[in-house]
Amino acid sequence: MMRSNFLSNLLKGDLRAKIFIYLLIFAGVIVPLLNLYTPEDNFLHLTDYHVALFGKYLTYGLLALSLDLIWGYCGILSLGHGAFFALGGYCMGMHLMREIGVRGVYGDPILPDFMVFLNWSELPLAWYGFDHLGYALFMVIFVPAFLAFVFGWFAFKSRVTGVYFSIITQAMTFALMLAFFQNDLGFGGNNGLTDFKDIMGFSLQDTTTKIFLFCSSVVALGLGFIVSNKFIKSHAGIVTTAVRDQEDRVRFLGYRVEYYKLSAFVVSAALAGVAGALYVPQVGIINPGEFAPLKSIEVVVWVALGGRGTLYGAIIGGILVNLAKSFFTVNFPEIWLFFLGGLFVLVTIFLPRGVIGLFADLIKYFKSKKLKTNE
Amino acid sequence: MNKFAKLLVIIFMFLNINNDSFAQNIDELLAALPSAKFSEKEVLVSKLGDLKTETSIKVLKSLEKGTLYFLRSSKKVIYADKTEEGYILTDILTSEIIGKVKKKKIKRISLNNKLRKFTRTIIAKSSLLSQKPHIRIHSAKVIFGSRSVELLPIINEALKKETNDKVKKQIEMTQARLWLLTEDKKLQEQSLDYFSNNTDPKVQSVINEFIQNLDTEKNDSNLLMYNKAISVVKKIESDIKFFKLIENLFFGLSLGSILFLASVGLAITFGVMGVINLAHGEMIMIGAYTTYVTQLAFPNLIEYSLMISLPFAFIVAGLVGIIIERGVIRYLYGRPLETLLATFGISLILQQLVRSIFSPINRPVITPNWMSGMFEIHPALSLSYGRLYIIIFSITVFVALLAILSKTHVGIQIRAVMQNRSMARAMGIKTGWIDSMTFGLGSGIAGIAGVALSQITNVGPNLGQNYIIDCFMVVVFGGVGNLWGTLTGAFLIGIGNKFLEPFSGAVLAKIITLIFVILFIQKRPRGMFALKGRASEINQ
Repeated sequence: MMRSNFLSNLLKGDLRAKIFIYLLIFAGVIVPLLNLYTPEDNFLHLTDYHVALFGKYLTYGLLALSLDLIWGYCGILSLGHGAFFALGGYCMGMHLMREIGVRGVYGDPILPDFMVFLNWSELPLAWYGFDHLGYALFMVIFVPAFLAFVFGWFAFKSRVTGVYFSIITQAMTFALMLAFFQNDLGFGGNNGLTDFKDIMGFSLQDTTTKIFLFCSSVVALGLGFIVSNKFIKSHAGIVTTAVRDQEDRVRFLGYRVEYYKLSAFVVSAALAGVAGALYVPQVGIINPGEFAPLKSIEVVVWVALGGRGTLYGAIIGGILVNLAKSFFTVNFPEIWLFFLGGLFVLVTIFLPRGVIGLFADLIKYFKSKKLKTNE
Repeated sequence: MNKFAKLLVIIFMFLNINNDSFAQNIDELLAALPSAKFSEKEVLVSKLGDLKTETSIKVLKSLEKGTLYFLRSSKKVIYADKTEEGYILTDILTSEIIGKVKKKKIKRISLNNKLRKFTRTIIAKSSLLSQKPHIRIHSAKVIFGSRSVELLPIINEALKKETNDKVKKQIEMTQARLWLLTEDKKLQEQSLDYFSNNTDPKVQSVINEFIQNLDTEKNDSNLLMYNKAISVVKKIESDIKFFKLIENLFFGLSLGSILFLASVGLAITFGVMGVINLAHGEMIMIGAYTTYVTQLAFPNLIEYSLMISLPFAFIVAGLVGIIIERGVIRYLYGRPLETLLATFGISLILQQLVRSIFSPINRPVITPNWMSGMFEIHPALSLSYGRLYIIIFSITVFVALLAILSKTHVGIQIRAVMQNRSMARAMGIKTGWIDSMTFGLGSGIAGIAGVALSQITNVGPNLGQNYIIDCFMVVVFGGVGNLWGTLTGAFLIGIGNKFLEPFSGAVLAKIITLIFVILFIQKRPRGMFALKGRASEINQ
C-alpha cells in the first residue's frame, strides 16, 4: 500500500506509466519464480538461458528508453547511442576482467590475459581502480556522461542540429569503433573483453547470480523510467519538449536552449551506460562490434516502432524487436535483414507514432464506434 | 607494277632463305652441343651468342641455369623443368611442351665454372646487342643490378653502337654504376658526376657502400671523392623526399577523387531535397555489381567492360533511386530524420538482396589491362594508371555535372528548387518531378562511382556501408548543395588522410580525420561552402 502510494505520487496519476511499472514488477517477480519453482519439463519453465536472455532484453529496453528521452522529448536524433552503451559495457567488462585474477589462462594476478598475450608488462593507466566495483560503477555512469557532455557542449553551443547532429554522432561511434579495434588502445582489440568468471564473488554461471542480474535490470529499468518520467514532467523537461517543437521560439523566450539539450543528452548517455553495464555480465562479452553504426541505428528503430515520445513505448519497442530478432536469426537468418529493413520503412511511413500510437488509435476508434452504436 | 611485284617476291625469298639458314644454324649448334667437349662448348656458346635472337639468348640462359638437357635416345636438345613427378620437356624452337619423362631418359648439358662465367658474359653481350630494344633495356637493367665489373668492356661497346635514346640512357646508367665498382679513381669520379646529374634511388646503397670503403683508406684525393659522394647521396635523398611528397599528393588526390565520386550524388540529393539518403552507399554497391554482371555478360569485351558498364550502372542505380523516391521518400517529405531511417531500412534490404542473389562472398571484377600497370615519371616516382584514370574520370564527372546543373533545362530547375522550393513551385516547376529526377541523378552518379570503385576495392555486399560514413563526412564538410564544396571537401579529406597515414597508420589517420570533421562542424555547422542568405533557411 505504502509503495503504490509512493508510485502514484511519483507518476502523478499517469495511468499508462503506472500500468507499465506494475507490469515490470510483475515480470521481475514471475521470471525468477518460473525459473526456480517450476519443474524442468514444465511448459512454463524458464531455463537460466532464458533468464539471461530476458535480462538482456531489459537492458535493451533501458537503452531504448535513453534514446527516447532525447529523440522523443528533445528532438535530437543520436545515431551514436550505441557508443554510450558500449562504453558503459566496457567499464563493467574491465571490472569483470580484473575480477578474473589468477584464474586466467596465463594466471597473471593483475594483467588480463590479452595483455599478457601482447607481452605488456604493466597495467595501462586507464585500467587503474577497476578492481573496485564501486569505482567501476561510478565510471559506468561517468564515462558516457562525460563524453556526452563534451560532445554535446561543442555541438549544442554551435547549434549543430537535425541531420547534421545525427551524422556527427554516427561519425563519433564509427571513430570509437575503429579505435577500440586497435590492440594498442588496451581494451582487448578485436576480441574485446570476455571469459568473465564472477561478479562480487558470485559465479556468473550460477542461477542465483543470473536472477540477481535480471532483477537488477528490472530495477534499473524501473528507476530509469521513473527518473526519465520525473525529468520530462519537471520544468526543465517541459522546456526541453518545447525545444523539440519550436527551438527558435524557446530561444527567443530567453531560455538557454543548449543547456536543456545538454542536460537531456547527458542524462540519456548515463542511462545508456548503465544499460551497457548490465548487458555485459548477462551476455558475457563486450567487443568493438557494439560501437558499429548499425547497432546504434537499430536502437532508433526500436524506439520508432514502439512509439517515440512515450518512454514506455520505446521500451516495448526495444523488447519486441529483439524478440523478433532472436526468433528470425535462429529460424530464418536470411530473412532477418529484410524484416528489419522493412520494419524501418513501414514504421516510418505507416506508423509514425509506433505500436503505442496504433494501439491508442484503435482504442479511440472502438470507443467512438461504441458511442455511435449507443446513440 | 610487274617489276615491283617481282622485286617483292625476290625480297620475300631472300628473307625466307635468311630465316631458314638461321634456323638451320641454331639447329646445327644445338645438335653439336650434347657431344661437345668443354673447349668445343666454348666455341658453340660464342656462336650461339652471335645469333642475338630471343631463342638463342633463352638457350644460353637455360644453359647457364642448368635447365638445358638432351634426350639420351635421339640426342635432341630440350628444356627440362624438374617437378615432383619427373621432368617436363619443352621444345626449344616451338616452345611447346613435348611431354613428361623420368630422369634416366635425359641428360643435362653441363658446364664448368670458367665456362659458366663465359656464358654469362656472352648472354650479356648477346642481349645488349640484340635487335629488340626491350631485350637490350632489360639486359642493361639486369647488369645494373649485378656487380659484374668484368662486363664493362661489353657495356662500352654496346653504348657505342646504341641508337635508341631510351636504351642508351639505361646503358649509360649501368656503365656509371659499374665504374663505381672499379678500382680506377678516374672512372669512379666520372660515375659520381654522372649520378649527381641523374639521380636514382637504386644507386643509393651502392654509393653508401662506396663511401664506407673510402672511409677505411683516408687520404687527400679520397677526401674530395668522399665529399662528392656525400653530396650525391644527399641529392638522392632529397629527391626521394620530394617524390615521396608528390606520391603522397597523388595518393591523396586519388583518394579524394574516389570520395568525390562516391559523395557527390549524396550532396546533390541532400542539397535539393534536404534529405540524407542512407541507402546511397548501396547505390554505389549496385553500380559495382553492375560492372560484375556486365563482365559476365560480355566475357569477350573485358577491355571495354568499364565503358559498357558506365551507362548501365547509371541507369540501373538511377532507376532504383527513382523507385525509392517515388515509393518511400515522397511520403516522408518534411521529416528528414524519418527519411534517414526509412532509407536506412532500404539499405538493409538492398544489402540482403545482393547477399541472396550473388552470395555474401566478394565477387571478382577483372581489371582491364589499360587500367593496370605503372606510369614511370622518374626512377623514384611511378604512378599507377588505375589511380590516374580515376582522378581524370572524377574530374570529368565533376565538369559534366556542373554543365548539367548550369546549362540544361532540368539542371536549372533543380537549382531553382534547391534555392527556394515554394517559389519554384509558384513559377510552375513540378517540384515532385524534379525531386525524382534529382534522386535519380544522384543515385545514377553513385552507380558510376561504383564502377570506378569496383576497380580498387572488393565488390561485396558491404561495399556501400564501408563508404557511406566517409561520404557523409565529405558532404557535411564541404557544405550542402554546392558541387565546388564537395570537390574541395573530398580532396582536402583525401589528401589530409594520406599525409597523416605515414605518421599515424591508416586507422588512426581515419579517426583523426573523423574527429577533425566533427570539430569542424562545430565551427561551421553548415560546412565550408554554406549557402548564404535566404537559400540557407530553406530545406531544413
